[in-house]
Amino acid sequence: MGSYVPGTSREQQEMLQAIGLDSFDQLFEKIPEKVRLHELDLPEGLSELAVRDAMEEIAGKNRVFRHIFRGAGAYNHYIPAIVKSVVAKENFVTAYTPYQAEISQGILQSIFEYQTLICRLTGMDVSNASVYDGATAAAEAAAMCRDRKRTVICVSAAAPPAVIGTIRTYAFGSGAEVVIAPQKEGRTDAEALKQLLDGRTACLYVQQPNYYGQLEDCEALAGLAHQAGAKFIMGCNPIALGILKTPAECGADIAVGDGQPLGMPLSWGGPYLGFMAAKENMMRKLPGRIVGETKDDQGNRAFVLTLQAREQHIRREKASSNICSNQALCALTAAVYLSAMGSEGLRETASQCYSKAHYLQKELAKAGLKLKYQGDFFHEFVTESEIPSSVYLKWLEEKGVLGGLPLSRRDILWCVTEKNTKAEMDELVGAVKEVTRLCS
Amino acid sequence: MNFPEELKYTDSHEWVKMLDEQTALIGLTEYAQSELGDLVFVNLPEADTELSAGEAMADVESVKAVSDVYSPVTGRVEEVNEELMDHPEFINETPYESWLVKAADIADTVNLMTAQEYAALVEQEQQ
Amino acid sequence: MQLITEKGREGRGLSLLPPCDVERAEPAQADCRKIPLGMPSVSETEISRHYSALARRTHGVNDGFYPLGSCTMKYNPKIDEEAAALSGFTQIHPLQPAETAQGCMEVLYLAEKYLCEITGMSAMTFQPAAGAHGEFTGLLLIKAWHHSRGDMKRTKIIVPDSAHGTNPASAAMAGLTVVNVPSAPDGSVDLEALREAVGEDTAGLMLTNPNTVGMFDENILEITKIVHEAGGLNYYDGANLNAIMGIARPGDMGFDVVHLNLHKTFATPHGGGGPGSGPVGCSEALAPFLPGARVQKKEDGSYGWTGAEQTIGSVKAFYGNFLVVVRALTYILTLGREGIVEAARNAVLNANYLRTKLADTYPMAYDGLCMHEFVVSLQSWKEKYGVTALDVAKALLDHGIHPPTMYFPLIVHEALMFEPTETESRETLDEAAAALLEIARLAQTDPEALHASPRTTPIGRPDEVTAARHPVVRG
Repeated sequence: MGSYVPGTSREQQEMLQAIGLDSFDQLFEKIPEKVRLHELDLPEGLSELAVRDAMEEIAGKNRVFRHIFRGAGAYNHYIPAIVKSVVAKENFVTAYTPYQAEISQGILQSIFEYQTLICRLTGMDVSNASVYDGATAAAEAAAMCRDRKRTVICVSAAAPPAVIGTIRTYAFGSGAEVVIAPQKEGRTDAEALKQLLDGRTACLYVQQPNYYGQLEDCEALAGLAHQAGAKFIMGCNPIALGILKTPAECGADIAVGDGQPLGMPLSWGGPYLGFMAAKENMMRKLPGRIVGETKDDQGNRAFVLTLQAREQHIRREKASSNICSNQALCALTAAVYLSAMGSEGLRETASQCYSKAHYLQKELAKAGLKLKYQGDFFHEFVTESEIPSSVYLKWLEEKGVLGGLPLSRRDILWCVTEKNTKAEMDELVGAVKEVTRLCS
Repeated sequence: MNFPEELKYTDSHEWVKMLDEQTALIGLTEYAQSELGDLVFVNLPEADTELSAGEAMADVESVKAVSDVYSPVTGRVEEVNEELMDHPEFINETPYESWLVKAADIADTVNLMTAQEYAALVEQEQQ
Repeated sequence: MQLITEKGREGRGLSLLPPCDVERAEPAQADCRKIPLGMPSVSETEISRHYSALARRTHGVNDGFYPLGSCTMKYNPKIDEEAAALSGFTQIHPLQPAETAQGCMEVLYLAEKYLCEITGMSAMTFQPAAGAHGEFTGLLLIKAWHHSRGDMKRTKIIVPDSAHGTNPASAAMAGLTVVNVPSAPDGSVDLEALREAVGEDTAGLMLTNPNTVGMFDENILEITKIVHEAGGLNYYDGANLNAIMGIARPGDMGFDVVHLNLHKTFATPHGGGGPGSGPVGCSEALAPFLPGARVQKKEDGSYGWTGAEQTIGSVKAFYGNFLVVVRALTYILTLGREGIVEAARNAVLNANYLRTKLADTYPMAYDGLCMHEFVVSLQSWKEKYGVTALDVAKALLDHGIHPPTMYFPLIVHEALMFEPTETESRETLDEAAAALLEIARLAQTDPEALHASPRTTPIGRPDEVTAARHPVVRG
């Protein structure tokens, strides 16, 4: 059995005696006999060596693909070595929430830097210290916009299903109504949207690039939301912001997104990072922790958790959200990633994603996979084909390649990042050609 | 502690200054501000909000606490003291000049106390 | 200290990517950002040193004793980190075909099986990313269950006044109205007040047991019965499970829903505030409402997905903070059936040992044996010496000890809540007791010295009032 209890059984006995007891059972006397458990049905404990083998064996049952062309909310980007080294530092890993500012300046400053970089990336005025992921960030942002008169959340049908689903679940809680603005040719249908926005609309949520990889005309959509007196929430891919128009430039009131592309491995879906940034006038509605700069009693620069009276531990049932734990270590990861990349590196990453995705799309079209939506896209795009998606994807899988995500029997959502080389893409296209040829 | 004679007081530590029969300024007493500590933000109602005597109408934040401010009157918000949005510390510094809300169309009030009665209440609470 | 954005020089940077090996393409100008990115221009050396400096200014569990009540700051085993770093977990795409993610599915399957055994629940979801997220999820299960029976009028949730702030905040997010019930003088649930509070509009009760004053509520069976008889369900906040894991189970106490904090009880690290993991377990009756998909073991031994038919929907994308679950599973496999019990026993032993050492000097808020934590009330010190809970907390910083939780629970004035956890040695507890007794001596003889603390930390007491009045929230 493994154990992290330092005391020997003799020490434990001595400590019991110091309390005035003879046995452990006396410590638990208050627990009624009727609810005492007599045996826990778990396996016997393992030594460290044995547990390492056991976990390796479990991990070995997963398939690690050589090349990945799948995104849909989880993106396979390069993670610089310095990022992994910094976020593995024990102090960052094992610290609690920085409520004791005097011994938490490192974490506090790192979050302040994260907030600074998120503000710059999005062009917004104020960022919180993070929430769980992009989907919960969207749901929290929608909640920020609600007031007594405006209780309807309008969401683009071209937003990812996970985001729409999470907004719906949060709305089941709060009693808000969710309406879906239809999509047309892979993008939010502005004409149909106009009919849906009115004096009851609290906000409009649009994702850029959207679930199908398409670029939305966010400026125009923001305009429609504002005309109806509603807020505009823009979900963003942070890598795309290396080149694409910022939410601030589009007129967003709140910018949110999943920060996973900023240095977090795929990890079967988590932990990821939800970022949230808003215009100044919505600062006090932001949920979760916010770090502020101040001075200590000697006049030294200092960082503290601030605007805490918004939060659940003070405002309880009247808090703007119940969030307590966030994703601080992931926020640190994103900040180190952005620092390592720098402006030039981030732009280059975004540009390579865009360029390579466009290269692959053209090559796949030649190999029999037709582009489904004609608008411009960032690093994801949908193809359609006569031959079932599953045939292509199974064939690729056999070659150690994780192809795009099948959206339906004929449609596949592909993703390309800076990690995918021309040689990998050509290999992929070669395999697709084989299938098209064999099945035609 | 200073409780001006010309004001009326509530047991929830607001002061009321009647401007005429239907209009009044409402603020927090010196005792209230000293108990709350350094105020950092004030959430004020919007103009024209309906007020019900005894119901929360605003809240004030210190670093580690938030407290409701109850309306001593039934009526309507005519004006709020916007200056407090940027300078909540004025409530700490000059509580009787730092009114939060100007109420109009006053139809009813909670039970209001004189300065002497309120001073007695404060003394009791301090024990 | 300078911010990373204030360091470096224009033109500096790392060499990370090879040149683009396809023809360069660009989006239309109208789609491009015009405002500068403004990311740092720093070398790798600068980044490395910057974050090493920040790490030195951060106190973690690895630095020293961390008796933060209600947070269970136990040691985070390194083998758990190694398991979570295996490429067979980190490089798996969440939307890979199920047959290529059998290992990940096995992790969820085993974690569900073991944690259901520990809590006495029938089914579990790992989607919630933290405790508060779990509370929200659990309350939605309760809401959905009532709705499924056509019982729409149950909109009230009973929460004791000693509860964590997340309880009422989660209830509000779930659209439930909070009914606060006062605690009895010993910190337990006041049965009379509870009987009066329940009724036809009761959706349920949220309770932590051991409660937030560190006591096991002896009336627990009576409490859950009162709520059940009124037609409500019982929600167990697992914040304090460390005291009783392997010794008693929420399911056997009459609870219908449980959330766990893997980042407390199951030794996963807090990461400076997250990521955590807040799985929610429930009874058979509530299982059809669980969010997301659940892993099922098929007859051939492989794993597949099964969706709950009346699901409340997803509370997050994908399957939760998966790598945190990997760490917790590694921990459970390491401890096994005896180790889990041993951990709980020693958590309670350590708390009582420290309490006994302090009891003659520090006024205990509640008498008698405690569970895994105890609460001190310094109201009398404040009146006698002008020394507050905050002063004692700050003085502890100069002893290299993380302070206990301050000013919680709200029902105790000038509260300090100590939770030593089982992973601390007797010497550590003795040293902490000695430091606290020295601080007590100063409180009586030289309170000014305490007001001036801390003196040895990277900064002194920060001006939080100015920070909140005039927020500066970015550099």
